Amino acid sequence: MDKKIKGIEFLIALFRMIKIKNLHASIEGTEILRGINLEVKAGEVHAIMGPNGSGKSTLASVLAGRDEYEVTEGSVDFLDEDLLDMEPEDRSRAGLFLAFQYPVEIPGVSNINFLKTAINEAREKRGEDPMAAKDFLKRVKEKSKLVELDGRLANRSVNEGFSGGEKKRNEIFQMAMLDPKLSVLDETDSGLDIDALRIVANGVNELKTKDNASIVITHYQRLLDYIVPDYVHVLYKGKIVKTGPKELALELEEKGYEWIFKELEAVSA
Amino acid sequence: MEVMNETVTLTNKDKFLSHFDLIDFSMDEDFSSDARKEAMELIQWLDFPTSKAEYWKYTRVNKIIKGNYKVSAPENEIEIDLSVPSKNCIVLINGYFSEELSFFDKTEGIEFSSLSDAKKSNSILGEKFNSLVKKDEIFADINSAYHQDGAFMHVAKNVQVEEPYYILNLVDDSNIVSNPRNFIFIEQGANAKAVLKTINTGNTGSFTNMVSEIFVEKNAQFEINKIQDEAEDSFQIATEQVVQGDDSTFKINTFTLNGAIVRNNLNIDSLGKNTMTYLNGLYPLKGKQHVDNHTYLLHREPNGESHELYKGIMGDSSTGVFNGKVFVHKEAQKTNAFQSNANIVMTDTATINSKPELEIYADDVKCSHGSTTGQLDKEALFYLRARGLSKDSARAVLVNAFASDVIEHIGVEAVKDEIEKYIDDNYHGIK
Ligand SMILES: Nc1ncnc2c1ncn2[C@@H]1O[C@H](COP(=O)(O)OP(=O)(O)OP(=O)(O)O)[C@@H](O)[C@H]1O
Ligand SMILES: [Mg+2]
Repeated sequence: MDKKIKGIEFLIALFRMIKIKNLHASIEGTEILRGINLEVKAGEVHAIMGPNGSGKSTLASVLAGRDEYEVTEGSVDFLDEDLLDMEPEDRSRAGLFLAFQYPVEIPGVSNINFLKTAINEAREKRGEDPMAAKDFLKRVKEKSKLVELDGRLANRSVNEGFSGGEKKRNEIFQMAMLDPKLSVLDETDSGLDIDALRIVANGVNELKTKDNASIVITHYQRLLDYIVPDYVHVLYKGKIVKTGPKELALELEEKGYEWIFKELEAVSA
Repeated sequence: MEVMNETVTLTNKDKFLSHFDLIDFSMDEDFSSDARKEAMELIQWLDFPTSKAEYWKYTRVNKIIKGNYKVSAPENEIEIDLSVPSKNCIVLINGYFSEELSFFDKTEGIEFSSLSDAKKSNSILGEKFNSLVKKDEIFADINSAYHQDGAFMHVAKNVQVEEPYYILNLVDDSNIVSNPRNFIFIEQGANAKAVLKTINTGNTGSFTNMVSEIFVEKNAQFEINKIQDEAEDSFQIATEQVVQGDDSTFKINTFTLNGAIVRNNLNIDSLGKNTMTYLNGLYPLKGKQHVDNHTYLLHREPNGESHELYKGIMGDSSTGVFNGKVFVHKEAQKTNAFQSNANIVMTDTATINSKPELEIYADDVKCSHGSTTGQLDKEALFYLRARGLSKDSARAVLVNAFASDVIEHIGVEAVKDEIEKYIDDNYHGIK
C-alpha cells in the first residue's frame, strides 16, 4: 500500500515542473508578490495576464533569481529542487529560462560567443564534454532559422542596436539554443508586428514537447491564438485572483479586468 | 662629536643621485656627455615634485625616491625564455644592453641597435639626441644625465616594415634603479611598429625611470605598444616625447598591468599639418596599485585629428589618475580632437581621479571630451547569469567587453593575444 502511493507520488513529481507555494516578495520594503500559488506540469502552457504593475515581471524576476527582490515567505519547487536556494546560473542550468520583457544591450559581448560559454559551462557542470564547434554552429544556424533571426544578428553584440522586435526574437533564439525545461516568456509579444508575432509563436510551438512547459506573460489574447494555453491566470496586486481555461483570455479581451475586481469585492464584502 | 659628519645634511635628492656615482660615463660620445652635463646642471636647480606641483598632484614620489637602490649590470648569464614573436629584439637588463639576449635580423633601411652602439656612429642621433626632452622635469633630466643604455631605432625614408621591433627592459635583481633611454626616428614615408615592454624576473623594490624620444617624420606611420609589467612593488616613471610631421600617423597603446606606482608622461607635439594621432591606454589594476597617466597633445597646425581612449578597471584598493590635455593652437583650424576616459570601479575601496581637458584657441574645430566612472552593469550581469554563465564568467565577459575597444587598436597580433589573455586570466575568478 505504502509503496504504491510512493510510486504514484514519484510519477506526479516527475510531471510536476514547478510548484509555487504562497510566494511573497518585496523590493525596497514594498511587498509586490503577496501569496502566489501556481503549479505547472510538464507539457502544459500557462498564460498569466493582469494589469500593469500587478507583479507579473516581478514573479518572473524572482523565479529567475534577481537579487534585488527579497522573498519573505513561501517556496518554489522546481523539478524537485528548492529553486529559491539556487544562484541564477544554476536555475538556468537546471532548465529554467526567462525571456526578458526588456532585454538589455551588452556592447562588446558577442551573442553567440556568450551562448557558447553558457552552454559549455552547463555541460561541464553535468560532466559532459564541451560541444564541438561544428555542432554548435549547426545549432546556431538551425535555431536562428527557426525564429528567422538574421544570421548577422546572431553574431553581433548582445542586443546592441537591435530593434525592439529583433530583441524579442533574439530571446527566443537563445531559448532555442539553451533548450530549457520551463520557459517564462515575459511579454515576448509586445512590440512585435503581426508577422514577427507569428514567427516567434511558431518558434515557441516548435520547441514545445511533452517534457517541457511554459509560462507566457502577456496583455493580449492575440498571442494566445498562436500559443494555446491550458490555463489562463489573472494576476492582480501580487496575487492570482482568477484561473480559467483559454476562453478566459477572450473574455478579458472583451470585458477588461473590471468585472473580476468587482467579483472579488463582492466576495470579500 | 666629530662622528656627526655631513651625511646628516644630505637631501633626499643627494641621496637618490648618489646611486649613480659609480657609473662610468667616460667612454660616452661628446654630444652625449654634453647632454649629461647639461642635465646634471639642471638637476641642481630642480627638486623632486611634491603634491603642491599641479602636474604631480595625485602621485607622491616620496616612496619612489626614498628607495635604497643599486645600479648593477648583470654578471651572470640569465636563463629566460623571452619568447618574443619577432626577429628583432633589444634586451636591456637593469638598464644595460644585453648582447646575449638581443637578436637582430638585418633589414635594409632599418637600424636597430643599442643606444650606446648608435651613439658611436649615427649622425641623426648626434644631431637630435635629447632635443625633445623637457628640461624642467627632474626625472627626465635624471635619465638624460645618468642613462646607461637603451634602444635605438631608425627607419629610413619610405621603408615599410610589418614585423614589430621589440624593446625589452628586464629587471633581474632586487632594488635596481635604472634609466633606460630610447631613441626612435621614423623617416619620411616610412611605416613601422614597435613593442616596448618592461618586465621583471620576480624581484622586489626596483625603480625604472625610462625616457623615449620618438620622431615621426612627414608622411610616416608609427605604432608603439607599451606594456608595463614589472613586479607588484616596483616603481616606474615612463616619459615619451613625440613629434609628428605633416601627414604623419602616430599611435601609442599603453598597457599598465603591474607595478606599485606607475607614472606615464606622454607628450605629443603634433607640429605638422594633417596629422593623425591615436593615444590609447588600458590599466587593469589590483591590490594597492597606483597608476597615473598624464598625456599632453598639442595640435599646432591645421587639419589634425586625434583620438584618445583610456580605460581603467579599478580593483581592490587601487587608485588611478587620468589627466589628459589636448591643446589646439589658434592656427590649428579644422582640428578634430576626441578624448575619452572610462573607468570601471570594481570595489568600494578603489578610486579614480579623472580629468580630461581641452584647451582650444581655434574656432573651426570639432572636439569632444568625456569621462565616465561606474560599476559593472548589474542588469547585464544578471542577464548573462540568467542564461547560465557563472558569476565569474559573466564578470569576465563584461570586463573583456569593456576593454575590447582599446584592445582592438593593437596592430601587433602577439600583443593583442597577450593582453586578451591577461584580461581573461585575471578577471575570471575575481570576487
Ligand atoms: N525598485 C522598486 N521599488 C518599488 N517598487 C517597485 C520597484 N520595482 C518595481 N516596483 C513596483 O512593483 C510593481 C510590479 O511591477 P512589475 O514590473 O512586476 O509589473 P508588471 O505586472 O510586470 O507590469 P507590466 O504589465 O507593466 O509589465 C509595480 O507597481 C512597480 O512600480
Ligand atoms: Mg512586466
